[in-house]
Amino acid sequence: MFRTAIVSEPILPAEILTGLPSFEDGACLLFLGVVRDHNQGRVVTGLDYEVYHGMAEKTLAAIAAEASHRFGTDRITVLHRVGELGVGDVSTAIAVATPHRGEAYEASRYIIEELKHRLPIWKRERYLEGDSDWIGGGATLDVEGPKTDASQEGGSGE
Amino acid sequence: MKIRALFFASYRDLLGTGEIALPLPEGTTVSGMVAELRGRGGAFGKLPAYPVVAVNEEYAAEDRLLRDGDVVAFIPPVAGG
Repeated sequence: MFRTAIVSEPILPAEILTGLPSFEDGACLLFLGVVRDHNQGRVVTGLDYEVYHGMAEKTLAAIAAEASHRFGTDRITVLHRVGELGVGDVSTAIAVATPHRGEAYEASRYIIEELKHRLPIWKRERYLEGDSDWIGGGATLDVEGPKTDASQEGGSGE
Repeated sequence: MKIRALFFASYRDLLGTGEIALPLPEGTTVSGMVAELRGRGGAFGKLPAYPVVAVNEEYAAEDRLLRDGDVVAFIPPVAGG
Protein backbone atom coordinates (compact mmCIF):
# COMPACT_ATOMS: atom_id res chain seq x y z
CA MET A 1 0.00 0.00 0.00
CA PHE A 2 1.48 3.32 -1.13
CA ARG A 3 -0.44 6.42 -0.08
CA THR A 4 0.36 10.10 0.39
CA ALA A 5 -2.13 12.87 1.09
CA ILE A 6 -2.67 16.35 2.45
CA VAL A 7 -5.68 16.09 4.77
CA SER A 8 -7.82 18.47 6.78
CA GLU A 9 -9.40 15.91 9.12
CA PRO A 10 -7.73 14.49 12.25
CA ILE A 11 -5.11 11.80 11.54
CA LEU A 12 -5.96 8.42 13.10
CA PRO A 13 -2.76 6.38 13.62
CA ALA A 14 -4.48 3.01 13.99
CA GLU A 15 -6.11 3.35 10.57
CA ILE A 16 -2.76 4.10 8.97
CA LEU A 17 -1.16 0.95 10.34
CA THR A 18 -3.99 -1.43 9.54
CA GLY A 19 -3.01 -3.56 6.57
CA LEU A 20 0.24 -1.69 5.89
CA PRO A 21 2.80 -4.51 6.32
CA SER A 22 2.90 -7.29 3.77
CA PHE A 23 3.74 -10.89 4.76
CA GLU A 24 7.39 -10.28 3.82
CA ASP A 25 7.71 -7.41 6.31
CA GLY A 26 9.21 -7.87 9.75
CA ALA A 27 9.18 -4.20 10.69
CA CYS A 28 6.44 -1.58 10.70
CA LEU A 29 7.37 1.88 11.93
CA LEU A 30 5.10 4.83 12.68
CA PHE A 31 6.36 8.39 13.14
CA LEU A 32 3.98 11.12 14.34
CA GLY A 33 4.65 14.84 14.30
CA VAL A 34 2.70 16.43 17.15
CA VAL A 35 1.93 20.06 18.01
CA ARG A 36 3.77 21.04 21.22
CA ASP A 37 2.86 23.77 23.65
CA HIS A 38 5.96 25.92 23.50
CA ASN A 39 8.52 27.37 21.11
CA GLN A 40 11.46 29.65 21.88
CA GLY A 41 10.21 30.48 25.33
CA ARG A 42 6.64 31.26 24.34
CA VAL A 43 3.48 29.38 25.21
CA VAL A 44 1.86 28.06 22.02
CA THR A 45 -1.88 27.40 21.98
CA GLY A 46 -2.13 26.07 18.44
CA LEU A 47 -0.93 26.13 14.84
CA ASP A 48 -2.51 27.14 11.56
CA TYR A 49 -1.05 25.23 8.63
CA GLU A 50 -1.32 26.74 5.14
CA VAL A 51 -0.66 24.68 2.03
CA TYR A 52 0.00 25.20 -1.66
CA HIS A 53 -2.43 22.57 -2.87
CA GLY A 54 -1.36 20.84 -6.04
CA MET A 55 2.34 21.38 -5.54
CA ALA A 56 2.20 19.96 -2.01
CA GLU A 57 0.43 16.78 -3.12
CA LYS A 58 2.94 16.30 -5.96
CA THR A 59 5.94 16.99 -3.73
CA LEU A 60 4.77 14.62 -0.99
CA ALA A 61 4.17 11.84 -3.52
CA ALA A 62 7.62 12.46 -5.06
CA ILE A 63 9.36 12.26 -1.66
CA ALA A 64 7.61 9.01 -0.78
CA ALA A 65 8.47 7.57 -4.20
CA GLU A 66 12.12 8.45 -3.65
CA ALA A 67 12.07 6.67 -0.29
CA SER A 68 10.39 3.70 -1.94
CA HIS A 69 13.16 3.38 -4.50
CA ARG A 70 16.00 4.01 -2.05
CA PHE A 71 14.85 1.64 0.64
CA GLY A 72 13.05 -0.98 -1.37
CA THR A 73 9.50 -0.87 -0.07
CA ASP A 74 6.18 0.30 -1.42
CA ARG A 75 4.46 -0.09 1.96
CA ILE A 76 4.54 3.61 2.76
CA THR A 77 1.86 6.00 4.02
CA VAL A 78 2.54 9.71 4.52
CA LEU A 79 -0.13 12.14 5.67
CA HIS A 80 0.18 15.85 6.48
CA ARG A 81 -2.70 17.67 8.09
CA VAL A 82 -3.44 21.35 7.35
CA GLY A 83 -5.81 23.91 8.82
CA GLU A 84 -6.21 24.77 12.50
CA LEU A 85 -4.51 22.35 14.89
CA GLY A 86 -4.37 22.40 18.68
CA VAL A 87 -1.66 21.31 21.09
CA GLY A 88 -1.32 17.53 21.01
CA ASP A 89 -2.87 17.17 17.56
CA VAL A 90 -1.03 15.03 15.02
CA SER A 91 0.24 17.15 12.11
CA THR A 92 2.27 14.51 10.29
CA ALA A 93 2.19 10.72 10.07
CA ILE A 94 4.79 8.58 8.34
CA ALA A 95 4.33 4.81 8.33
CA VAL A 96 6.78 2.44 6.67
CA ALA A 97 6.92 -1.35 6.55
CA THR A 98 10.06 -3.23 5.49
CA PRO A 99 11.48 -6.77 5.82
CA HIS A 100 14.03 -5.56 8.40
CA ARG A 101 14.03 -2.62 10.83
CA GLY A 102 17.01 -0.72 9.42
CA GLU A 103 15.33 0.28 6.18
CA ALA A 104 12.16 1.32 8.01
CA TYR A 105 14.04 3.77 10.24
CA GLU A 106 16.06 5.12 7.32
CA ALA A 107 13.05 5.56 5.06
CA SER A 108 11.05 7.29 7.80
CA ARG A 109 13.93 9.66 8.55
CA TYR A 110 14.44 10.39 4.85
CA ILE A 111 10.79 11.29 4.38
CA ILE A 112 10.54 13.67 7.36
CA GLU A 113 13.78 15.47 6.50
CA GLU A 114 12.90 15.90 2.82
CA LEU A 115 9.39 16.99 3.75
CA LYS A 116 10.80 19.74 5.95
CA HIS A 117 13.05 20.96 3.14
CA ARG A 118 10.67 20.79 0.21
CA LEU A 119 6.99 20.54 1.09
CA PRO A 120 5.21 23.86 0.41
CA ILE A 121 3.45 24.09 3.76
CA TRP A 122 3.69 26.92 6.28
CA LYS A 123 2.65 27.24 9.87
CA ARG A 124 1.54 30.18 11.95
CA GLU A 125 1.89 29.79 15.69
CA ARG A 126 -0.83 31.13 17.95
CA TYR A 127 0.41 32.31 21.34
CA LEU A 128 -1.16 32.56 24.76
CA GLU A 129 -1.04 36.38 24.57
CA GLY A 130 -3.31 36.32 21.51
CA ASP A 131 -0.78 37.20 18.82
CA SER A 132 0.55 34.88 16.12
CA ASP A 133 3.55 34.57 13.83
CA TRP A 134 4.65 32.66 10.73
CA ILE A 135 7.45 30.26 11.57
CA GLY A 136 10.58 30.88 9.54
CA GLY A 137 8.77 33.32 7.30
CA GLY A 138 9.18 36.69 8.95
CA ALA A 139 12.91 37.17 9.25
CA THR A 140 13.82 36.79 5.58
CA LEU A 141 11.52 39.39 4.09
CA ASP A 142 13.96 42.29 4.18
CA VAL A 143 17.10 40.29 3.63
CA GLU A 144 18.86 40.54 0.29
CA GLY A 145 21.24 37.77 -0.62
CA PRO A 146 21.27 34.11 -1.44
CA LYS A 147 18.19 31.99 -1.38
CA THR A 148 16.73 31.39 2.03
CA ASP A 149 17.45 28.05 3.56
CA ALA A 150 14.10 26.45 3.99
CA SER A 151 15.59 23.63 6.00
CA GLN A 152 15.92 25.52 9.25
CA GLU A 153 14.29 23.86 12.17
CA GLY A 154 11.58 25.86 13.74
CA GLY A 155 8.21 25.99 15.27
CA SER A 156 6.18 23.92 17.61
CA GLY A 157 5.10 21.26 15.15
CA GLU A 158 7.53 18.52 14.27
CA MET B 1 2.53 37.64 -22.11
CA LYS B 2 0.51 37.22 -18.95
CA ILE B 3 1.82 35.58 -15.77
CA ARG B 4 -0.04 34.61 -12.59
CA ALA B 5 1.86 35.23 -9.36
CA LEU B 6 0.85 33.44 -6.14
CA PHE B 7 1.86 34.57 -2.67
CA PHE B 8 1.62 32.33 0.38
CA ALA B 9 1.80 32.72 4.14
CA SER B 10 4.03 35.66 5.17
CA TYR B 11 4.26 36.96 1.60
CA ARG B 12 0.48 37.06 1.30
CA ASP B 13 0.23 38.91 4.61
CA LEU B 14 2.94 41.34 3.47
CA LEU B 15 1.23 42.17 0.18
CA GLY B 16 -2.36 41.87 1.31
CA THR B 17 -3.17 39.59 -1.62
CA GLY B 18 -2.60 35.96 -2.52
CA GLU B 19 -2.62 36.35 -6.27
CA ILE B 20 -2.01 38.91 -8.97
CA ALA B 21 -1.83 38.81 -12.76
CA LEU B 22 0.92 40.74 -14.42
CA PRO B 23 1.77 41.43 -18.04
CA LEU B 24 5.45 40.94 -18.86
CA PRO B 25 7.49 41.24 -22.05
CA GLU B 26 8.46 38.01 -23.83
CA GLY B 27 11.83 36.75 -22.67
CA THR B 28 11.33 37.70 -19.02
CA THR B 29 13.00 35.37 -16.52
CA VAL B 30 12.05 34.64 -12.92
CA SER B 31 14.60 37.18 -11.70
CA GLY B 32 13.26 39.74 -14.17
CA MET B 33 9.78 39.22 -12.80
CA VAL B 34 11.03 39.59 -9.23
CA ALA B 35 12.80 42.82 -10.19
CA GLU B 36 9.62 44.15 -11.78
CA LEU B 37 7.62 43.42 -8.63
CA ARG B 38 10.22 44.85 -6.26
CA GLY B 39 10.47 47.94 -8.45
CA ARG B 40 6.86 48.74 -7.63
CA GLY B 41 8.04 49.76 -4.17
CA GLY B 42 5.84 49.77 -1.10
CA ALA B 43 5.15 46.29 0.23
CA PHE B 44 6.37 44.76 -3.04
CA GLY B 45 9.74 46.39 -2.44
CA LYS B 46 10.05 44.27 0.69
CA LEU B 47 10.00 40.99 -1.22
CA PRO B 48 13.43 39.35 -1.11
CA ALA B 49 15.67 39.86 -4.14
CA TYR B 50 16.22 36.11 -4.43
CA PRO B 51 13.04 34.42 -3.28
CA VAL B 52 12.42 30.71 -3.64
CA VAL B 53 9.85 30.32 -6.41
CA ALA B 54 7.98 27.53 -8.09
CA VAL B 55 6.92 27.71 -11.73
CA ASN B 56 3.89 25.59 -12.53
CA GLU B 57 4.21 23.75 -9.19
CA GLU B 58 7.90 22.88 -9.48
CA TYR B 59 10.83 24.69 -7.86
CA ALA B 60 12.58 26.82 -10.46
CA ALA B 61 15.90 28.66 -10.80
CA GLU B 62 16.08 32.44 -11.07
CA ASP B 63 17.19 32.29 -14.71
CA ARG B 64 14.16 30.25 -15.73
CA LEU B 65 12.53 31.73 -18.83
CA LEU B 66 8.84 32.42 -18.29
CA ARG B 67 6.15 31.64 -20.85
CA ASP B 68 2.66 32.96 -21.34
CA GLY B 69 0.27 31.46 -18.81
CA ASP B 70 2.93 30.35 -16.33
CA VAL B 71 2.00 30.32 -12.65
CA VAL B 72 4.82 31.61 -10.46
CA ALA B 73 4.45 30.89 -6.75
CA PHE B 74 6.52 32.79 -4.20
CA ILE B 75 7.53 30.29 -1.52
CA PRO B 76 8.48 31.67 1.91
CA PRO B 77 10.65 29.37 4.04
CA VAL B 78 8.61 26.19 4.34
CA ALA B 79 7.67 24.80 7.74
CA GLY B 80 5.95 21.49 7.29
CA GLY B 81 6.04 18.68 9.82
